[in-house]
Amino acid sequence: MKKHSDSGFFDPSDALLAAQSNAPTFTRRQFSVLLGIGSGIALGMASGVNAAGTASAASASAGDMNAYVHISDSGEITIYAPNPEVGQGVKTSLPMIVAEELDANWDSVTVENAAVNGAKYGAQFAGGSLSVPQRWDEMRKMGAMVRQMLLAAAAQKWDVSVAQLSTKDSVVSHSASGKKASYAELADAAAKQKVPSQSELQFKKTADYRLLGRRITGVDNHRIVTGAPVFGIDTTVPGMLYATFTKCPTIGGKVVSANLDEVKKLPGVIDAFVMDGNVDVYKYDSRGAELSSGVAIVAGNTWQAFKARRSLKVQWDTSKASTDSWTAISKEARKIAKGDGTKVTLEQGDVDSAFNSADAVVESFYSTDFVSHAQLEPQNCVAHFKGDSLEVWAPTQTPMAVPGSLAGLMDMPVKDITVHQIRGGGGFGRRLTNEYVHEAALISKKVAAPIKLQWTREDDMAFDYYRVGAFYSMKGSLDKQGKLNAWSNHVIALSADGEKPNAGAGIRALDFPAKMVEHVKISQSLIPSKTPTGFWRAPSSNTFAFAEQSFVHELAVEAGRDHLDFLIESLGEPKWLEPDNIGSLNTERAINTIKQVAKNAGWGKKMPAGRALGLSFYFSHAGHVAEVADVSVDANKKVTVHKVWVVADVGPIINLSGAENQVQGSVVDGISTLAAQSISIEGGAVQQSNFHQYSLLRSNQRPKIDVQFLATDYKPTGLGEPALPPIAAAVCNAIFTISGHRIRQLPILNEGFVV
Amino acid sequence: MITLTINDQQRSLGDIDPETPLLWALRDTLGLVGTKFGCGIAMCGACTVHIDGAPTRACQLQVGQLQGRAITTIEGIAPSADTLHVVQQAWIEHDVPQCGYCQAGQIMSAVALLKDNPRPSEGEIDTAMSGNLCRCGTYTRIVAAIQDASEKIAQRAIVGGLSQGEIA
Repeated sequence: MKKHSDSGFFDPSDALLAAQSNAPTFTRRQFSVLLGIGSGIALGMASGVNAAGTASAASASAGDMNAYVHISDSGEITIYAPNPEVGQGVKTSLPMIVAEELDANWDSVTVENAAVNGAKYGAQFAGGSLSVPQRWDEMRKMGAMVRQMLLAAAAQKWDVSVAQLSTKDSVVSHSASGKKASYAELADAAAKQKVPSQSELQFKKTADYRLLGRRITGVDNHRIVTGAPVFGIDTTVPGMLYATFTKCPTIGGKVVSANLDEVKKLPGVIDAFVMDGNVDVYKYDSRGAELSSGVAIVAGNTWQAFKARRSLKVQWDTSKASTDSWTAISKEARKIAKGDGTKVTLEQGDVDSAFNSADAVVESFYSTDFVSHAQLEPQNCVAHFKGDSLEVWAPTQTPMAVPGSLAGLMDMPVKDITVHQIRGGGGFGRRLTNEYVHEAALISKKVAAPIKLQWTREDDMAFDYYRVGAFYSMKGSLDKQGKLNAWSNHVIALSADGEKPNAGAGIRALDFPAKMVEHVKISQSLIPSKTPTGFWRAPSSNTFAFAEQSFVHELAVEAGRDHLDFLIESLGEPKWLEPDNIGSLNTERAINTIKQVAKNAGWGKKMPAGRALGLSFYFSHAGHVAEVADVSVDANKKVTVHKVWVVADVGPIINLSGAENQVQGSVVDGISTLAAQSISIEGGAVQQSNFHQYSLLRSNQRPKIDVQFLATDYKPTGLGEPALPPIAAAVCNAIFTISGHRIRQLPILNEGFVV
Repeated sequence: MITLTINDQQRSLGDIDPETPLLWALRDTLGLVGTKFGCGIAMCGACTVHIDGAPTRACQLQVGQLQGRAITTIEGIAPSADTLHVVQQAWIEHDVPQCGYCQAGQIMSAVALLKDNPRPSEGEIDTAMSGNLCRCGTYTRIVAAIQDASEKIAQRAIVGGLSQGEIA
């Protein structure tokens, strides 16, 4: 299996592998009735793998059930949400799938976070919009299994055949006799039934769904709106102390000395000490155990730690630190853009001959700045080192990676490390790495007490795994009919090792317009850069979609043709680039979303002066998404995005409310990012420190958003990411139509446009 | 020794540093963790509370300067333990949150807005809410939930059924 880092493109299969570690796959794990739960029925995973596939009773205590679903004899149904929740809605949507097949009354369902245990739950992670496709079959099977056991219990009780029974809203009915029994009444007897084998499972027909596809409010919403503790930052344990960790502003700098004696005397300070790092400049590794050098301050509360930090003076050694300059990198990229890439990643036909004989050739250079994840909850972690064991509470997207990375750092066996997954206040890819967890665990060990490590916003912005700055040198040509006939893209990617693109810096080669246009060439060059990068919502697509879909519009304009017609024509005959690979572009699905969004937006209608529609389509994370933006621009380059229409095909929708919310949020996030977000780096240090220098879109800048999902019967896929990539080009294409100004760099503030 | 009036109760903060921002006193000293830390410079609104009814950023208020002031946090706006404020209810009905981290601050700003202006226009809502960032971009739903709450307040005012707590 290829590693994501080899291509710099987020490879979901590698993310799954990374998260799985040694976890058995679903088909190899064995369902069993869990004993020792008090009453009712609990279905979960047995520790051992039973090849026979028959029921095996696993002994479990109430506190260590590792169950997926539990029905008590008083009728409460608890469903355990296996994957981390960071705002993408999976704590609600995944249990809905179980409840649908179980025919449970959703109002009596309680959702709990599952324990972190790969052997029981498989890959527990949040990334790549993968939770729904990863869990779809498994969740359905779990619900169907329990339902069939309840049916078997009722059949036994009434001495009738299962075929005569039906279920609805947590009740089994026998229509012939009018008998009814609630799941609560049947739970104990159900636990004594044979667990059906996977081949015996019967699933509901889509037309019979009562829950999936409806709008269901999030399971944590009551806690969120009442201010109850629910996020990582809300965690407390008795005797807990509070810590900060100060690192070198020049990324990769190390502590030489610090005024620790002075700091230790400050009010509330319990300890202050240097922690040696194990890396120079930290670098993305989903299973990494990185720790940067820094100074820890431990105090009686957060404010005492923050206040003491103001008096901290550190002498840094920056001899091995980053010396990156975004200005210099940008200059270098523009220089090498004119030549060919050093490595060809896809070649089809003969682009050079095609360009030489073309009727018209267009060349453009696109770029995007670095951006930060800026999830609203700054990194934090509670760690409790107890001598021979460690417990951590972490708002992480990769909880399964934590024991492995901490085992080495803490010199402790994996089995003695317990990780609790806790709701994260935003993820966007920032919580795929766990360096803040490493810091917290080591601080707890040093002071031999439970601690909460709290990063400041300034820490968060200075030590991110940023969305990489990107450069694309595009060239395309048209034939006599004004049809796209050749396309090349020289990707200039940043690289720390000079061999492969940094995380998020590569692009997928087999994509539009490969196999659609006769001559295609994708090549790549590398520029040295040490600034740490990572996977930011819809990695790679979030920068490249802007270049690709703006360039398609440029070609349409050059051809003097309607953008909609030109885009659809360029996608060619309907085809699935890699048939049956849900992660591969299907142009039939693409064209259907484009046609529908054009219809919804009234494409072609007359617009008022200074106002226009812009069109874009992009495929990423298994989602086909087309968008149209209604934009106006005034004489002072003030841009207003009035409305955005989105049409997406991600297969059947699980939770319509959650799905619409993700799309609305992706549109806002995309506009927020294209407008003004920019992280600049000089002398190896990030130049922005907080939201006064890094602006997020506010309510008075929001567009109206119209969302439609196409009803298709492909396997359902995720929505955390795919609605974000198209929006930048949709807005910028409209800006061109109004002003004649082609925006070729993001954010648009760099070209004087203000949202 | 500092004692503050928080959610209509006298709460002692002991011998706390009077410079301590209200945000951290609420979270660390009193365990009222609904008020969130987002930026520490009053740019994001995640820490919004009411001081004498006015929405204010708790990260910029020192506890030493708040004695005698009426402080209301997200934990104190519901009229009773089993009844939500009409704005909280609207937030659930509209499924506003994504990650949810900013929402307590958003709700505090919304409650203050509706108290001052029970029937705000869409533009007035956007203006009033523009001090509260939502990184997930739930603004569409925030505005819809406020409009819905406004409608409900108006309806109940006509029939006289709204308790003081629900609009306070």
